[in-house]
Amino acid sequence: MPADERRLAVASTMPADERRLAVATDKDVVSARQLGRELAAGFGFSPGDQTVIAAAISEIARNILMYARRGEVVLRVTHDGPRSGIVVVARDEGPGIPDVTRALTDGYSTSGGLGLGLPGARRLMDEFEIVTDVGHGTTVTMSKLKRPQR
Amino acid sequence: MEVPILKQGQYLIASIQSALTDADLSQLREALIAQVGRYRARGVIVDVTALDVMDSFAVRTLRDVTHMARLRGSETVIVGIQPEVAFAMVQLGLTLKGVATALDLEEGLAFLNQQARARVDHAR
Repeated sequence: MPADERRLAVASTMPADERRLAVATDKDVVSARQLGRELAAGFGFSPGDQTVIAAAISEIARNILMYARRGEVVLRVTHDGPRSGIVVVARDEGPGIPDVTRALTDGYSTSGGLGLGLPGARRLMDEFEIVTDVGHGTTVTMSKLKRPQR
Repeated sequence: MEVPILKQGQYLIASIQSALTDADLSQLREALIAQVGRYRARGVIVDVTALDVMDSFAVRTLRDVTHMARLRGSETVIVGIQPEVAFAMVQLGLTLKGVATALDLEEGLAFLNQQARARVDHAR
């Protein structure tokens, strides 16, 4: 298959409701969380969950700004039965996190902040994963399920 | 977006109208602290009813406003935290400890009046 067609095939299987946002200023942090709220509202999340999702995005997007200066946030809604929900991927090519365990501890901060960004976002969402490589960057993937299985 | 600050008697009322960036929040902090001195304000009300999210930066900034204003002789009260915003704040671990809050503007004014009366009584 020629390269062009392959690209087309990939594009057509991409979910239509995926949104990508560059994060390089504090305005982008607001845009990212507002977009997250918008997608969550469109997906039928309650106003409470919309705010929870927006707050988590705000923390994670600000971390990009503070530690890596730039990066991107990808928002995706997935229709997958009981696993339907919203997935947030925050990606940067910053310094990485040397000690993830401590970074996920309440009150630990290397930036003079409250140290609640990562652990708080983890509490707000249903699923949370950090992949970090010191010197190369960090990717946080977190999701809120429409009907969490409890 | 700049937050309008109204002077109402001895009080300053900052009424947030929309989502704020970190820079907007810092600017609000500076403006409030400067105006506490300029207008000899005895109280500050920050109305956050229209704020979409109270994240760790917003909480830290409002806490700083409260402590800085107190050092300048002025009490601060945060009013209008919406129920879903409160829910998300608690999940995040943000408690606004040491910061006065009230349901709405009316309750906020009542709180400041009460504080002022307590100050007078104490002085007697």
